[in-house]
Amino acid sequence: MTGASLPMEYGLALAGILFALGLVGVLVRRNIVFILLSIEIMLNAAGLAFVVAGSHWGQPDGQVMFMLILTMAAAEVAVGLALVLQLAQRFNTLDMDAASKMRG
Amino acid sequence: MLELLWLVPALPLAGFLALALIGGRLRRGGAALNGVGSISAATLLAFFVAGTFITSPPRGRVFRQTLWTWIDVDGFTPAMGLHLDALSLTMMLVVTFVGFLIHLYAWEFMEEEEGFSRFFAYTNLFVAAMLTLVLADNLLLLYLGWEGVGLCSYLLIGFWYKDAANGAAARKAFIVTRVGDTAMAIGLFLLFTQLGTLDIRELMQRATQQWPVGSTAAVAAAWLLLGGAVGKSAQLPLQTWLPDAMAGPTPVSALIHAATMVTAGVYLIARTHVLFELAPGVQLAVAVIGTATLLIAGCSALTQWDIKRVLAYSTISQIGYMFLALGVGAWSAAIFHFMTHAFFKALLFLGAGAVILALHHEHNMFKMGGLWKQLPVTFWTFLIGSAALAALPLITSGFYSKELILLRAWNAPNGGAWLWAGGLLGALITSIYTFRMVFITFFGEAKQQAAKRPGARIHVPLVVLALLTIAGGFFGLPEFLHPALPPQPHGNESAARELALESVAAIISVLGIFIAYVLFLRNRGIADKLTATGAGSALQRYWFSGWGFDWLYDRLLVRPYVGAARANKSDIVEQIYRIITDAARACYAALSATQTGQLRWYAKAIAAGAAVVVAIMVFL
Amino acid sequence: MNVVFYVSAAIAVLSTALAISRVNAVHALLYLIVSLLSVALIFFVIGAPFIAALEVIIYAGAIMVVFIFVVMMLNLGEQAAEQERLWLSPGIWFGPSILALILIGELIYILGLGGFEISASESIGPKQIGIALFGPYVLAVELASILLLAGLIGAYRLGRRGSVAAEPGGEGT
Repeated sequence: MTGASLPMEYGLALAGILFALGLVGVLVRRNIVFILLSIEIMLNAAGLAFVVAGSHWGQPDGQVMFMLILTMAAAEVAVGLALVLQLAQRFNTLDMDAASKMRG
Repeated sequence: MLELLWLVPALPLAGFLALALIGGRLRRGGAALNGVGSISAATLLAFFVAGTFITSPPRGRVFRQTLWTWIDVDGFTPAMGLHLDALSLTMMLVVTFVGFLIHLYAWEFMEEEEGFSRFFAYTNLFVAAMLTLVLADNLLLLYLGWEGVGLCSYLLIGFWYKDAANGAAARKAFIVTRVGDTAMAIGLFLLFTQLGTLDIRELMQRATQQWPVGSTAAVAAAWLLLGGAVGKSAQLPLQTWLPDAMAGPTPVSALIHAATMVTAGVYLIARTHVLFELAPGVQLAVAVIGTATLLIAGCSALTQWDIKRVLAYSTISQIGYMFLALGVGAWSAAIFHFMTHAFFKALLFLGAGAVILALHHEHNMFKMGGLWKQLPVTFWTFLIGSAALAALPLITSGFYSKELILLRAWNAPNGGAWLWAGGLLGALITSIYTFRMVFITFFGEAKQQAAKRPGARIHVPLVVLALLTIAGGFFGLPEFLHPALPPQPHGNESAARELALESVAAIISVLGIFIAYVLFLRNRGIADKLTATGAGSALQRYWFSGWGFDWLYDRLLVRPYVGAARANKSDIVEQIYRIITDAARACYAALSATQTGQLRWYAKAIAAGAAVVVAIMVFL
Repeated sequence: MNVVFYVSAAIAVLSTALAISRVNAVHALLYLIVSLLSVALIFFVIGAPFIAALEVIIYAGAIMVVFIFVVMMLNLGEQAAEQERLWLSPGIWFGPSILALILIGELIYILGLGGFEISASESIGPKQIGIALFGPYVLAVELASILLLAGLIGAYRLGRRGSVAAEPGGEGT
């Protein structure tokens, strides 16, 4: 089956839009779970860019990079959510602004 | 023997150092031994040097001793050098001998006071500085001594520093003389830049060679040096500090503000007389200043009730006579009067101090009286001193020196008659206020009893000074000074004219004593009636305040300055520097506001930064 | 096939936008899963089937599930949703939107400078990826495994209830 024959730029533009959306989510939300969620969106968008580029050149390198990104995202999510649990236990809130002791 | 000249100023300096370093730990006796001993050693040495100088005079009647080169910069090489000629010999002898007598007196006078060793440290430093001043061979070293005596004057006027008024008086003295000192410093700069040296002998030679009579450089330099002299010698317009300087202990008043420091200006002008001869206008100004000052101070002395202030104004007045003599070119007459004045004024101050001490520090003459029976030695010596001050004819040295000045004033080229008349009027006033002081203090009914008789250490200096006052006129000082100070250029009068002038002066002085007797001993009512009239009381108040100079300076100089200082309390210049610190602080505040500790804030910052960087990379 | 791409792209964008704007955590996660699935479809269409599968299995299937577990552990209920509603006022979208639009604008501009060549359209299967992984990228694979180990240990340690908080500050690490 033939795949889509599109210029790379379209895929990259899509990746960019998704990345921007994830960025907006990081900046707007105060609940830490949502912030981590938005970070995942950003990571996914970055991976999409890699895969699109790899497919454009017909090489597996893009997909390999995506696998590494995936691995990293998994590790990061694990540790990050553990920290979220700690935050929730200590501050009794999931408000990101509550953890601002390194102020000034 | 002459080679030991350097020890004469060095011994008091060593005394000062010893007292400054360990004086606190010495008992009274040790400190006194140190303080008085150093001065007596210096005095003995001075006499030996003088003896050698007189019996076997050095070549050219000048002895120079260079100790070491002080500064050596690019052609400017003043040395630590001593220059001994007839003038500085006279000054040195007077300073050391009178200084010694006053130190002896102060040993008893200051016995009860705390700060005994501090007192002698300061006075030793003073004598060392004064000797440096008179023995200096270059103007820079003279200026060093000049400043040194000014410092000691400040320290000693404010000796009883716990009373704020004394500190204020000391500051006033220092600041007013500072005005003069600044003028003198500028004069030194001018002399150096124009003539290339500050060595006095060299300087005078070059001045006569390079500057014609009346040239602007000579006139400017002479005016500036005159400014310095006027400040230190308390003449118009810088005379306001001396009456207030009486806040210091009486030995200080005697030593510094009568006999020695205030005559430094006279010495300066006499030493640099060549410069003044090159600027005749300034020399005339010297005479005019002298005459005006002696009249103003004399009138002020007529109204004072504090015995020390009478003597202070009297000092200002007598130095006016010395300035008058300098102004008419009678250099040696001025120095002669300086010597006799040193003797009798020191005597008067020490006598007044004995009276003050006996009456528990009472200064008001009108609260004294009838002391001639209670303090006989003091009374007789005081009487001799007053007679000399009033220039009682023939037996007092004061008569000979003042007479010589009046004679020379008559002979002066411009306005001689006016200057002579002014001096004569001043002599009358001097007689009146002097014997007013004597009659009120020692005669009449006794208002207080003298607590204790002064001891030998007070009586001996009084007697010695009294003897010198009588004998001083016969030393033949003017002739002795001729090698160093030329005689007055314009010819002598005929003998008959001289006799006439002398008689007039003699009559005036006796007349003054008689007037004082009438007004203050026989019938005090006349004086009271005079001062009760409207004009009389206004005049008395005006004269009492020293002709309003203090008021004038306060309005003209002090208040604007204090007002300006107060307005600038937050210091404009500092505000400029504060801009720097405030800018730094603002940056700090701004930057630390960015450290909110909130993660989202940092994320926003990173995103914004990323946008900016990408934009730069894309578009630039 | 291009149509599939466009449709999937639209769904991805839409569901991502919805995901970041929900007040209920689980709703947001579910929308995100939809977005991930559409991205997986895009991967399939452009010739990376293995990665598409991985996206679904690991990203949507494992990572998102972990998120959901944690959200359930945190017990975010109606109260949390209320809080989110308070925090998500319309005004706060303004600044970040501007920033995002600037970034997208720059990106589009850069992309616009490109050549717009059509990509190669053969699909690259797992075999080629495996050869690449065990060939040039073997070191990266090892590092990734160490990273996973670190993540594992960290998550275990940090995730223990009452563990880190209770210990006093004098401990070594």
